[in-house]
Amino acid sequence: MEPKPHLLEATGVAKSYGPVVALRSVDLSVAPGEIHALLGANGAGKSTLVKILAAVIPDDAGTIKVNGGLVSLAGPSDATSKGISTVFQDPALIPDLSVDQNLTISGISKSEIAPWLERMHLGDLDTALLVRDIPLATLRLVDLARALAHDPQLLMLDEITAALTPEQAELVFDVAREWRDTGRSVLFISHRLSEILDICDRATILRNGRDVAHLDLEGVDEPELVAAMLGEELAEAVEAVDEDAVAAERTYGEIALEASDLEFRGRVNGVSFELRRGEILGITALEGQGQDDLFNVLSGDHRPSGGQVLVGGEPLNAHSPYNAIRRGVALVPGDRQDALLPQRSVRENLATPLYNRIGRWFGLLRDETKRVNSAVERLDIDTRAASELRRLSGGNQQKVTIGRWLVAGFDVLLCFDPTRGIDIQTKAQIYELLKELAADGAAILLYTSELREIPLVCDRVLVMYDGRIVHEQDAISATEEVLLTAAHALEST
Amino acid sequence: MTQQITDSGSQVPDDPQKASLGRRIAARPQLVLIGVLVLLIGVTFLIQPTYLIRDGSFTFAGLRNSLLFAVPIGILAAGQTTLMLTGGIDLSIAMIATASAYVTANQSPQGAVVAIILGIVVGLLAGTANGVGVGVFRVNPLIMTLAMSGILLGLFTQWATTIFAGSTRMPDFVVTLGQGTLWDIIPYAAIVWAAVAAIIVLMLRRTGFGRNLYALGDNLIASRLAGIRSWQVLVAVYALSGVLGAIAGILMGGRIGAVDLQLAGFLLLPSVAAAVIGGTSIFGGVGTYTGTIIGALILGVLQSMLTFLNAGEAVQQVLYGSIVLGLSWVYAAMSRSQ
Repeated sequence: MEPKPHLLEATGVAKSYGPVVALRSVDLSVAPGEIHALLGANGAGKSTLVKILAAVIPDDAGTIKVNGGLVSLAGPSDATSKGISTVFQDPALIPDLSVDQNLTISGISKSEIAPWLERMHLGDLDTALLVRDIPLATLRLVDLARALAHDPQLLMLDEITAALTPEQAELVFDVAREWRDTGRSVLFISHRLSEILDICDRATILRNGRDVAHLDLEGVDEPELVAAMLGEELAEAVEAVDEDAVAAERTYGEIALEASDLEFRGRVNGVSFELRRGEILGITALEGQGQDDLFNVLSGDHRPSGGQVLVGGEPLNAHSPYNAIRRGVALVPGDRQDALLPQRSVRENLATPLYNRIGRWFGLLRDETKRVNSAVERLDIDTRAASELRRLSGGNQQKVTIGRWLVAGFDVLLCFDPTRGIDIQTKAQIYELLKELAADGAAILLYTSELREIPLVCDRVLVMYDGRIVHEQDAISATEEVLLTAAHALEST
Repeated sequence: MTQQITDSGSQVPDDPQKASLGRRIAARPQLVLIGVLVLLIGVTFLIQPTYLIRDGSFTFAGLRNSLLFAVPIGILAAGQTTLMLTGGIDLSIAMIATASAYVTANQSPQGAVVAIILGIVVGLLAGTANGVGVGVFRVNPLIMTLAMSGILLGLFTQWATTIFAGSTRMPDFVVTLGQGTLWDIIPYAAIVWAAVAAIIVLMLRRTGFGRNLYALGDNLIASRLAGIRSWQVLVAVYALSGVLGAIAGILMGGRIGAVDLQLAGFLLLPSVAAAVIGGTSIFGGVGTYTGTIIGALILGVLQSMLTFLNAGEAVQQVLYGSIVLGLSWVYAAMSRSQ
């Protein structure tokens, strides 16, 4: 390689939030014409680094060079004008405005973004729609199109593929390869190691706020990457979890939750199933097949437009999630922001569902501390930043969304994609917990988009398509291929 | 994995000694507020030495005046604080105070106890109506309480010459409560405030209801998915705000001895200012009543200072408005920089 200046060169970047150190000291250099992976477990500091490079938050120490020249980035628009565009982990679009209005705010004309939307197969997207009415996967691609419209030298993609279908992800990879081939660069963050190995050239690995390895990815395989991310011992521990996963044969109790001909506004069209105590029932589907609405109806957040939800054999007839919760049905929503109080402490977050009835307004439960502590212990929540939940890493926040039901108690747990965008270590912990809960007699309905993990966690799996259940089978024999075929509503051969 | 977390935990240099001064201050905002309070008392003393010293010895008279001014603000601000935690506000609270005092004065022939109870019932009803509007019919809190303020003003202007045409004098007991002192030192009004404060602080810190207030203001969706029914909490907290307004109004009436329809109107802005000074976020989810108490005391001392400087009420209102604007900006800037 000729000694051109690096496109981006960050040295000694550090950042603390109060007493919590997010980045100790990180070096990162991205050469022109490469796709560079940024890897690390949850809380390793990936997102913090991206936000610093995008000038969303200031760093405490360190230098950043762009094209060999020292820069101090004044704010996100300054970063954009210096050729750095970012797609953040959470959509950066205002929900109550239309796509058009959002674009106006970011100073992009329709003609600039149109070709990129076309490229994302979103040419026919109605840009007058409110952002809140658009599915998450589409928003991620709109976000990407917006970033591309700035024609950046460096494109930073933070967990963009987590919410995308394989076809959509392929569109993203195409763009990334084009950027590389035209001498520009991409900084790519993903928990899907196969993607990383497919498209990335080099990788920087973060652990506990430091860069612990810089790898050339040529000839590296997944286990090696995992080992580099976790350190050797932990990698073995994660594998061990996977292996004994399939072993346990469970016995089921009575029917805990039953859906009978459920319908919801043309998006759920006659769904029926039974879920027994002690069972983990998986559901999978492509984006937008009515799975979100199904979960909203089961959790009492929406009223079904037809059919019934039965809990313990009795009709639910919920007016709000409260009614479902009182009957023991708890929801862990797909977007963890919908289950968290960002400015409150971990303790308050975990204890929130305890006080949802007037009878408990007039004091605090005597055993609150005990319940909260046992949930923190059981979930292994990192409580160093416990005074404000928003300072926790994504994986720890995700644990809190489940933890609040461990504190409050439940019979049926509805989990919507609880492992989206979190690292393998936390993922293994969450799956392990779900299995323990089922073994203790809970009934668990698990929607997941990670097909490969269904046989590891679930007992049985349902596949949804166009608001209906089109396929059911034992999870143990559910290969990715079979599930994917069913999810596209194709006949399996 | 436990091992990893413990490892990294021990490496964290979270020694508070090493934290910068700015960070340490940000971690204990109430110390700063107390510092400001002491500073203001000092400045007021420099402007007018009789504030603290008369005939060569310390006098409590000046501070007592400041405290008496802070009492109604502090009680009204208890309503604002609890509402602001949920992301709401009560623009009708000063008018509720006036209306409650009006009813208490009018009913004084019935005896002090009945008169006070009827006054508080007025606050409870108006507050509950606000709560139903905001919590059940989802009216924006600003609109709901502004409308309630207008409705109450209109009704009482009409009724002042008809059904409430009788007494405008407060019952003697209420006058004693508003003007008297225990052992010639502690104003009874301040004791009432202390009791209210103890209840509010305990409620916010140590009850499920308090937790719900913070939860609603921080994330409405997460609260709903945790099973909290927001309308119940909102009806209760707006009703509570109405009752606090009534208590403040009745004390004000007692202090002056008689009521008119301008009794408490000028306290609306300071009631919001006290909460904002104390660090309660107008966006909800963050704040404490202890902060608000110090905020109200600061405003009380400020009032004394302005009186010594012969600044009229017009100047005071300009100052309160500026404080609310300035501090809102400062807090917004602080939360951005975090």
